[in-house]
Amino acid sequence: MTVAALPAAAARPPRLSFDATWLLWAAIIAVLLFLVVSPFIYLVITSFTEERTGAFTFANYATAYGRSRYVDALLNSLKLGGTAALLAGIFAVPLAWAVARTDMPGRGLTRMLVLATFITPPYTGAVAWILLAGPNAGWLNRLFTWVTGAEAGPLNIYSFSGLAIVIALYSFPYVFIFTTAALELVSSEMEDAANILGAGPWRTMWRVTLPLALPAILGGLIICFLEAIALFGSPAMIAIPARFNVVTTQLFQFFGNPVRVEVAAAYAMPLLGVTILLILIQQLMTRRKGFVALTGKGGERRPILLGRWRWAMFGYAMFVASLAVFLPYLFLLQAAFAKAWGRGFGLDNLSLRNFHFVLFEHGTAAKSVINSFLYAGVSATAAVILTLCVAYIVVRRVVPFGGVLGFLCVAPFVIPGVVLAIGFYAAYAPPPLALYGTALILILAFTTRFLPIGYINASAAMRSLNPEMEEAVRVLGGSRLTALRRVVAPLLKRSLLGAWLLIFIPATRELSAAIFLYGPNTKVASVMIFDMSEEGNLEYLAALALILQVLTLPLLWIGQKALGRDFMLRRTAT
Amino acid sequence: MSKLALRNVARLYGSVAAVADFSLELAPGEFVSLLGPSGCGKTTTLRMIAGFIPPSAGTIEMDGQRISSPSSVVPPEKRRMSMIFQSYAIWPNMTVGENVGFGLQVRKLSRAEIDRRVDAILDVVQMRNLKGRYPAELSGGQQQRVALARAIVVEPEVLLLDEPLSNLDANLREEMRFEIRRLHDAFKITTVYVTHDQSEAMVTSDRIVVMNKGRIEQIDAPHKLYARPRSRFVAGFIGRTNFLEGTKQGSEVRFDGFSAAAGRLEGAEAAGGLLYSLRPQAIGLSGQKPNGSSVAVEAEIAGRSYLGEYWDYQIRPLAGTRPVRVSTGPSVVFEVGSRVWLEIDPAAMVRVE
Repeated sequence: MTVAALPAAAARPPRLSFDATWLLWAAIIAVLLFLVVSPFIYLVITSFTEERTGAFTFANYATAYGRSRYVDALLNSLKLGGTAALLAGIFAVPLAWAVARTDMPGRGLTRMLVLATFITPPYTGAVAWILLAGPNAGWLNRLFTWVTGAEAGPLNIYSFSGLAIVIALYSFPYVFIFTTAALELVSSEMEDAANILGAGPWRTMWRVTLPLALPAILGGLIICFLEAIALFGSPAMIAIPARFNVVTTQLFQFFGNPVRVEVAAAYAMPLLGVTILLILIQQLMTRRKGFVALTGKGGERRPILLGRWRWAMFGYAMFVASLAVFLPYLFLLQAAFAKAWGRGFGLDNLSLRNFHFVLFEHGTAAKSVINSFLYAGVSATAAVILTLCVAYIVVRRVVPFGGVLGFLCVAPFVIPGVVLAIGFYAAYAPPPLALYGTALILILAFTTRFLPIGYINASAAMRSLNPEMEEAVRVLGGSRLTALRRVVAPLLKRSLLGAWLLIFIPATRELSAAIFLYGPNTKVASVMIFDMSEEGNLEYLAALALILQVLTLPLLWIGQKALGRDFMLRRTAT
Repeated sequence: MSKLALRNVARLYGSVAAVADFSLELAPGEFVSLLGPSGCGKTTTLRMIAGFIPPSAGTIEMDGQRISSPSSVVPPEKRRMSMIFQSYAIWPNMTVGENVGFGLQVRKLSRAEIDRRVDAILDVVQMRNLKGRYPAELSGGQQQRVALARAIVVEPEVLLLDEPLSNLDANLREEMRFEIRRLHDAFKITTVYVTHDQSEAMVTSDRIVVMNKGRIEQIDAPHKLYARPRSRFVAGFIGRTNFLEGTKQGSEVRFDGFSAAAGRLEGAEAAGGLLYSLRPQAIGLSGQKPNGSSVAVEAEIAGRSYLGEYWDYQIRPLAGTRPVRVSTGPSVVFEVGSRVWLEIDPAAMVRVE
């Protein structure tokens, strides 16, 4: 139908626009090749390159998998991913179900707390849990010994299970987002149909609603698994003291002195392979024929009445929230305002010294925060502009093969941050560009890393815009540019702001790529926090982590004003 | 005794009444349609019957048992009804056979009995060969048949249909109308059918409830609704019509361009302004002055449209200001501007509120 209304497009002078659009297309291709394709190709080439001679070799792979401890690190990652995903499912699925489908009290509160979890960087959570469950000195252990009179507390965060729990606690929001989205997508008429045929609420839940939501739940678990195996901060803070390695910490060690980027590239391949494979599976699963829940009329959903169990459910939600939000933030606050965190909550232990030190005395801490926000801002702007251009070209079919551009924009989704950083290092650290240690390489890496978020939002926004709105401009004599400036841009303002925030917020706390690419003058806040954890300055660290969180709040507020309360928790990944 | 009875049912959303003072009784095996424009409260009424929405006032009874009142509602799964939804709501994770067998499974029938009944009903809707298919592989019409089979196989006390044909294309819609009526005649299930399409309601129903703004305008058999509409809304909603305003003067009622004896007009005893509905095909049209008992009015053709099955003329009485619409057979041809005679039978004029 809309195709029939296209003569306006056909009537434009063909020669002129042919040149202009193809020029733009070529420019965008060049940028995407630089950002996405070339680091990837360099990663692969480097893994087969002899360090000194530059000759072709398999030796890097032999080195990377030659020692059992390297292979063990790989297996540890897989085990960690599996455990964390399972735990995340246990945390998230009941919560998501209760929030989306029942009369549990405090559903809005629960959503808010999941959001608070979501915007807590995993490494900040890990630090908080070191305060909570460190052997002996951890607050929960001290509470335990105080209550029971035992010699030592039972908890030790420096362990495999400790790491898995901490990772699960800060990745369960992915499962929550996927599950609530799916439960809300299941047409209410599907459930009504089961009800009227005699099935009660529980039977309907098991036979109709959950089976329809299952692919999305599994998809969320897969994302959690991938988060867990790609994460650098929490494993570095917890696994290394616990004397075991995972892929990312092992990669970091290959980057230590001397930098063995060839071996690192070879070692990163399984991580990349597993990620690509699982993303493919996830995509196939959620797109499987028949599982696209038909959207019926919204109708009034009848919430499942939990009766007495509603308070038990609320208790569970608050339990999860305590582990992820209440306890961690309570003790982060205590540490940030304490002279020494171990001395407890007494007034005599209260001090603003840590904040003063971090902001005014420390050599690089304040600058690292500025760097983070600067790089994140530039990256978010670049990614939004680039993906908007691509989305326009793809959705409006301005050029043939526009789909290739779209594919390149979402491709970084399957590249873990650590692997992306190694690719960027391999491609742009050596001459002629020699970008290592510059702000530019961090900005480029962040831009690439968050292109998929930008593209998914930009193309969704473009698709929601009826092309006839632009055609109306052109029928009345306006050019394509006029249409873009006067109609498209104003209409997209909100969604573009949303995309910008959805990139900017995670970019301010990005660690996995930054840790491989920063230089002495380009340290970002996340790296600063990581350094402080290695030095054991937990009070300063807590202060800096809280400053970072507080600075995020106004952005969150703007986002919620412009785009609605749930804008961070909406399903952004397809 | 009536099968289903709604007594003074109302549903409020805040201070807005979606349905107000709705009373209706269905005889066993009766097929009743709720007809009205969107937002008239028909779907809300249906969902109250199903038990998805509690009424704000009034009661609903089935077989003399109260099933809905503001204070207590028997949940949908305990009502032994079934329903067909606008989106069909065929579960995409189950095959055709599993979809149709679901209600029987819930009723704890034996496997063999379920199989037998599912096969039998799939034969009735001609879907037996597709029993193992998943819904995503079915066309819209086939999904509709699955929905019908799934609703009928449980032998419900009452069958509810919520605009079931609105997602089908025109040809299929016409076919399915007759299919629904055929199944009703075969199984004699008491049925409530919601639609905004008057021809759908007229083909399928024993009685039609015309609703407007949450209230019942009229309940009648299809032909009576058309021939004897009681309100301006019903006359305008069911088919096309001319509204003629008259004022009584002595023994005559004067209309725009003609007048008629009050004694021959329905309801003309009252004084003051009177409103009548006159169907376009109830007006005669000829080139010469007709002789007979009807009122003859000299007029001029103001405009015309040819619609294949009939001509739609706009004809202005010479003594009047506004044209009336007249339908004639396709062979009755008059040019625009030509003089004609209208033949108006006062008995065909229906007084409306």
